[in-house]
Amino acid sequence: MIRFNKNMLKLNIPQEIRGLYAIWYRELLVFMREPSRLVGAIIQPLLWLIIFGTGLGSIIEPGAVSGANYQQFLFPGILVMTVLFGSLFFGLYIILDKRIDFLKEVLVAPLNKSTMFFGKALGGSTDGLLQIIILMILGAIFFGVHFTALSMILTFVIIILLLVAVTSMGLAIGSVMESPEGFGLISSFVIFPLFFLSGALFPVTKLPTWLKIVVTINPVSYSVDALRSVILGITNYGLLLDFTVSIAFAVIMVIAGTWAFKRIKL
Amino acid sequence: MSLIEIKNLTKKFEAFTAVDDLSLEINEGEIFGLLGPNGAGKTTTLSILATLLPPTTGSALVNGFDVVKHPTQVRRSIGFVFQDPSSDDLLTGRENLYLHALMYGVKDSEIDKKIDEGLKLVDLTDKQNIRMRKYSGGMRRRLELARGFLHSPKILFLDEPTLGLDPQARENLWVYIKKLSTENKITIILTTHYMEEADKLCDRIAIIDHGKIIALDTPTDFKKSLGGDLVAIKTKNPELSEIEKMDYVRQVRYKDGLLSLTVNDAGIHLQKILEKVGDAENVELHPPTLHDVFLKLTGKHIRDDSGEGEGGWMTRSMNSGNR
Repeated sequence: MIRFNKNMLKLNIPQEIRGLYAIWYRELLVFMREPSRLVGAIIQPLLWLIIFGTGLGSIIEPGAVSGANYQQFLFPGILVMTVLFGSLFFGLYIILDKRIDFLKEVLVAPLNKSTMFFGKALGGSTDGLLQIIILMILGAIFFGVHFTALSMILTFVIIILLLVAVTSMGLAIGSVMESPEGFGLISSFVIFPLFFLSGALFPVTKLPTWLKIVVTINPVSYSVDALRSVILGITNYGLLLDFTVSIAFAVIMVIAGTWAFKRIKL
Repeated sequence: MSLIEIKNLTKKFEAFTAVDDLSLEINEGEIFGLLGPNGAGKTTTLSILATLLPPTTGSALVNGFDVVKHPTQVRRSIGFVFQDPSSDDLLTGRENLYLHALMYGVKDSEIDKKIDEGLKLVDLTDKQNIRMRKYSGGMRRRLELARGFLHSPKILFLDEPTLGLDPQARENLWVYIKKLSTENKITIILTTHYMEEADKLCDRIAIIDHGKIIALDTPTDFKKSLGGDLVAIKTKNPELSEIEKMDYVRQVRYKDGLLSLTVNDAGIHLQKILEKVGDAENVELHPPTLHDVFLKLTGKHIRDDSGEGEGGWMTRSMNSGNR
């Protein structure tokens, strides 16, 4: 997929880094200028935690979900949900950029296409990380989720891997789609299975075999498992496997995203 | 020296041929205009030169670099002001210029200086810290013009630079484009479907229709090719035979008291013509316009509207996937 060509040798590395910084910085500036985007992104997971968490939690016997109360059990799943929905839809912005000529301003820049893609992906991931940090603070204060220094760092690592993977997936879909409606349709087909079949909302140990198989092949399940392992000490697959799958997922999505971005049609 | 060399360039979108075997050389330092109706292939040609689209066949060299083989070097040589808005609404004018400077490789030590110069050039220094959402259409175009030039490219592409602007803002932008060209060593290639714009700005013009160049000349020579100025005189009994004998008079028509003449250098010869006309009630002298040229070459009027017929930029960009 990535072909070697002699132009790669002529890469002006400092210039590529400045370009990367510029594209990342733009995403961040735009994100900060629209507080509604941040507020909207926080409200939804909070509603899940408060309403869904309390509602379903009321009929679950204490200890039934591996010793934790249901809200705490749900918390890592909601972090993953925030990443999934927020980051995938970040790809929508590339379609909106296509509709005006803003994307051309970037595409005509004397930069490698991969640099442009990474700048975008990092920008989207940074937006997502800001949302997650706010949720983690709220979780620690209001939902009794405990973080140690180590669990916090590991949470960041797991979240960042997932952010990079899902943002890249969103950008890949955005690069090939031409209309926001098409993007919405495709991403719904992708995002809901990834979310519901990840164990974000329920433990995966007692599922019927057919469902267990589907959950096992869903890469997002390993992010959920890793987070639960780090935050609550509950694991199903083991951290090593969780990290291996998460890293592989991120790498594959970055490669796919770069490939799609290079073939973007204006 | 020619800075751009296009040879037998063809671009097809499935069955539709947007650019049809086009060959062209553009010289260093000139303002070159691609004039033609909407859909003539102007924007497609610029997009190929800017490496945004690959050609179907043929080749193009920009600043000596092949657009297919050395796209990065080509992009280092050019600046582009796009047809549709391409700056970020939520950012200020200065922030837009700053991001451009970073992406387009302006040296760190020169960024502030270049941005200040650019803002001054287009008279937006006092608006630099306002978000672009609050800019008028004309201000936005001016900022985008400064941005296209910010990294001192050898070649600047302007795609329909004044599309959608009101007449006053349009003439205002022409002044800035002229200023940019005279004060700097830069080659400018612009597309337009406004006759007046091509006439006022360009050193040479290629008239393009259905992806082909149908004529290429300076605005002055284009107009000369029509065979002189148009003179209309209201008069009762002119000495038609005497007038027809004059060798600078090319065409004579007399109908219902109105004498229509085509005259070489009418300004110089008008006096002698009037001597043979007798009592003239009213004299009108009208130099030929590019409009007349276009009409003669293509047999049709160019749509000299502001693009509303196509539904504005939103509709056009929605359809752009099929372009």
